[in-house]
Amino acid sequence: MQSTTAETVRTGLSRRGRWGLGEIAFWLVAAATLFFLPERHLILNEIAIIGLFALSLDLILGYAGIVSLGHAAFFGLGAYVAGILAKNGITDPLAGLVVAAIASAILGFVTSFLVLRGSDLTKLMVTLGVALVLGELANQMSWLTGGADGLQGISMGPILGLFEFDIFGTVAYAYSLVVTFVLFVLARRIVVSPFGLSLRSIRDNPLRARAVGIPVNRRLVAVYTLAAAYAGVAGGLLAQTTQFVSLDVLAFHRSADVMLVLVIGGVGYLYGGLIGAVVFKVLQDVLSAWTPQYWQFWIGLILVLLVLAGRERLTDKARFAVKRFFGRFKAQRTDAMPTTSAREI
Amino acid sequence: MAPALETRGLVKRFGGLVATDDVTFKLEQGARHALIGPNGAGKTTFINLLTGVLTPTSGQILLEGEDITRLRPELRVQRGLARTFQINQLFPAMTPLETLGLAVSERMGGGRDWWRVIGSKREIVDEIVEIAQRFRLTDVLDERTSNLAYGKQRLLEIAVAFACRPRVLLLDEPAAGVPEAERHELLATVAALPRDVSVLLIEHDMDLVFSFADRISVLVNGALFTEGTVEEVSSDPRVRAVYLGESVDE
Repeated sequence: MQSTTAETVRTGLSRRGRWGLGEIAFWLVAAATLFFLPERHLILNEIAIIGLFALSLDLILGYAGIVSLGHAAFFGLGAYVAGILAKNGITDPLAGLVVAAIASAILGFVTSFLVLRGSDLTKLMVTLGVALVLGELANQMSWLTGGADGLQGISMGPILGLFEFDIFGTVAYAYSLVVTFVLFVLARRIVVSPFGLSLRSIRDNPLRARAVGIPVNRRLVAVYTLAAAYAGVAGGLLAQTTQFVSLDVLAFHRSADVMLVLVIGGVGYLYGGLIGAVVFKVLQDVLSAWTPQYWQFWIGLILVLLVLAGRERLTDKARFAVKRFFGRFKAQRTDAMPTTSAREI
Repeated sequence: MAPALETRGLVKRFGGLVATDDVTFKLEQGARHALIGPNGAGKTTFINLLTGVLTPTSGQILLEGEDITRLRPELRVQRGLARTFQINQLFPAMTPLETLGLAVSERMGGGRDWWRVIGSKREIVDEIVEIAQRFRLTDVLDERTSNLAYGKQRLLEIAVAFACRPRVLLLDEPAAGVPEAERHELLATVAALPRDVSVLLIEHDMDLVFSFADRISVLVNGALFTEGTVEEVSSDPRVRAVYLGESVDE
């Protein structure tokens, strides 16, 4: 009795930490695109960057319950920092990313105190406001940022002194994908740690979280800072791989799009941002080829349907179908799926 | 030895309303103490002052002789003051296992640990097992909390507080709303709480108060009305008047 309960406890607690087959397949497919879709590397690079950006939003929205309409502030800052560094002679990409991450983390830390209190509406407005302020600053400080003309003349050195960026975007995509993967693994580790569990508890019930002795505000500051750093890296990747930064990186539609991407892919399981980025970009590609003027109409319609029908319901149905399909082949492992594809890792 | 928990001249005003009126109160070590009073007597405000959700207008709160009046709520928990809620405050999307794991690892200072998976520490596992057995949660550990029977949720409510390993436990109507069939299990676990935990029970249910407590304090209009042993308080005609709504003349 004692030992079986202990076993339940041990496996129950460590289950979320294990990688499932679906996850491994996901990353294998991602790696395979490096070799099998050479003509698509430019758009894939963009997908990896948007995916990382949405992943960073998931850290605060999906795990800590902080809504934001201004996440582009950190993305844009990271982009400008990486761009300005490269323009001024520090052309090592990884060094640029580190500095971009630190700069965004500092901004995230400082502004996190603004989103600790207040309702969701307050948070939406505060984050929106911070991004607007930053956008206008970038516009005014044209001596530094290039203003409305954008930051031009960025030239990057080779990655690790070995890999030069090429015009097909293959190295760029490989670079963005590897960075995204490394940061994903880190995030995945963090969300199953005691720290990550405490974040989920704060999202579920902050009153009780305080009552079990969790310093709620400190945890929120920590995750907001972390998410800002992630967004800064995503922005830095964009600046380095496109070798151009414009005011667009701080624009409202960046913040809105990343929310859209995350909602399409699903909140609170880390893959949502990545899957959402793929779906969003592919939809954009397909729809704008089919109907160039009205593709946003269809994106909007899909979003409304998705939210109204409930993404959870749709994925649960899909999972059920998959389970039944596989169940015919291996009926004994019915619980194999949800251990990893469950929405709340 | 200092009392487990003590208040000195505790006052809380909301504008013109005095919600807590000069309450000087002692919870002795190992006590089974009940706090009763009619609706609106200020029991909830008193609890919120003790746990640090509200800041008193004046007065002092001492936990085992130490002044905690200005301490933040989570620090009070870390020093050994835990509470349960009258209305369940659980984490619906988490399992009881995760909930207890969270509380235990948090108490051991693991909440800042962002690298290890939570189940990797042996002492955490052992303690979860012990708490799960004490509160009869072993067979539902892996279920989603929102799917548990109400009685089990109530048990989990107390188990989470207990997982903070409190020196003082504030139980806010632990049996509220529990159906008759599940009641016995709940009362048995409450009665079996270890004696080195001092318990303050806030309760409406007089059966539970009489079976559990050795001392009773009565709160009326924010002030301590009277205090004494179960016999003294239950035979006090003034208490019957204010609390049970009977006239003193009867």
